[in-house]
Amino acid sequence: MYPSENLYTREHEWVRVEDDVCVLGITEFAQHELGEVVFVELPEVGQVFDTGDELGTIESVKAVAEIYTPVAGEVIEVNESVSDDPELLNEDPHGEGWLIKIRFSSASDLKDLMKANQYEEYVKSGEA
Amino acid sequence: MAEAQTLKKTPLYDCHLEAGAKMVDFAGWIMPVQYQGVIDEHRAVRTGAGLFDVSHMGEVRVKGAGAEAFLQRLTPNDVTKLTPGRAHYSGLLTEQGTYVDDILIYRLAADEFLVVVNASNAERDFQWIADAAFGKPEVVVTNESDQFALLALQGPKALEILAPLATPGVGELKYYGFRQGEVAGVPALISRTGYTGEDGFELYVAPGDAPAVWRRLVEAGAVPAGLGARDTLRLEAAMALYGHEIDETTTPFEAGLDWVVKLGKGCDFQGRDTLAAQKAQGVPRKLVGFEVEGRGIARQGHGVVSEGAQVGSVTSGTWSPTFEKALGLAYVPPELAAPGTKLAIDVRGKTLPAVVVETPFYRRPR
Repeated sequence: MYPSENLYTREHEWVRVEDDVCVLGITEFAQHELGEVVFVELPEVGQVFDTGDELGTIESVKAVAEIYTPVAGEVIEVNESVSDDPELLNEDPHGEGWLIKIRFSSASDLKDLMKANQYEEYVKSGEA
Repeated sequence: MAEAQTLKKTPLYDCHLEAGAKMVDFAGWIMPVQYQGVIDEHRAVRTGAGLFDVSHMGEVRVKGAGAEAFLQRLTPNDVTKLTPGRAHYSGLLTEQGTYVDDILIYRLAADEFLVVVNASNAERDFQWIADAAFGKPEVVVTNESDQFALLALQGPKALEILAPLATPGVGELKYYGFRQGEVAGVPALISRTGYTGEDGFELYVAPGDAPAVWRRLVEAGAVPAGLGARDTLRLEAAMALYGHEIDETTTPFEAGLDWVVKLGKGCDFQGRDTLAAQKAQGVPRKLVGFEVEGRGIARQGHGVVSEGAQVGSVTSGTWSPTFEKALGLAYVPPELAAPGTKLAIDVRGKTLPAVVVETPFYRRPR
């Protein structure tokens, strides 16, 4: 269910590291909890953030969720397709529904993230 | 040590699980928030028929030779205008004319009424009515909430689905009319009422009969719909929800529910003096409908700002599946209440532009 090449945060985001770039999205669990997504607000390319900053928001009919960055860095790309068609987040949250790419400088923030099997446990445990 | 609160289940709990519902805690009950999805369920109600379990609502029977006079003095609407087989929308008000709850009053007979109340206020409302009747020998108030299950069948196809399964004549029921009859072979109070802005029926049945009625209606084409869709539907129809548009700080006049208050009905009633004064002086704030013009959704609690100060607040807001835009209701100062007025709404620190529009947002085609 959860791609093993990704790392996962307690806020139900997935992170895929490609050299010095983090690709960020929300997990299947998160999209299911949110329901049908109707708005996605993404940051501007070039914006710089610290670890834990709010990058944007995802709004469904009944809820709003913030997107946080697990690393400090600069936004180098955002997924315009999701902006135009928010349902992509529900349909393919781990693939076509990727949200943001950040070029990061320090890998140390990543060491606290969960691996796929740990995230799966986290979700099942009900603490999520 | 706090006692664990056991959540209550309605008689339809198993039906919800069978239909794949996502369940949530609502007012101490485990209720379905959605099955296939809020937007799909909403659209099913607007184009076909949806089926809601609202068994968690409360029912209070008020009976006796003094029942009519009692309710006439307790509530703002005119109970003497109700004939058996008719219901009306009303309220339980404080002495300040503010809302304890909004209610439906059904007249079953000359001396018998059923008062239907919100789940979140059921215990309190029963006490409120019972306390007010204390010492009045010709009024008997009983809490019958656990004797009723309630299903709401709503949508343009509701009649088509219900008629073959029900006592003849349900199609002739006028809006807010009801009759005692049968649905799927079991006794039912069938009422042409609802909370969606569509045609529809609310079916009061015995708890043990509810699952069979639910299943027959679903087999006949009714789409199970949850609390999520219930909220988007009622909001498009600009119907009040207790705890949002109405609460103990709001009067019917502020909420645009003037028609519920019959100052001329010929007797005193709870809250009358304050309401009469408010009618004479004008309301300090008004409930309006608005459409968001920017990107984002305004929700309950977001402030309406003007010239750097908060002047009002959003009572309910959502993304509307019918109009595909963010809509909401808000209290604003009377000078900002005219349709066309631009509003600024503070959504998590950002200003979202919006415009006041006429309500209801949605009116069913006739």
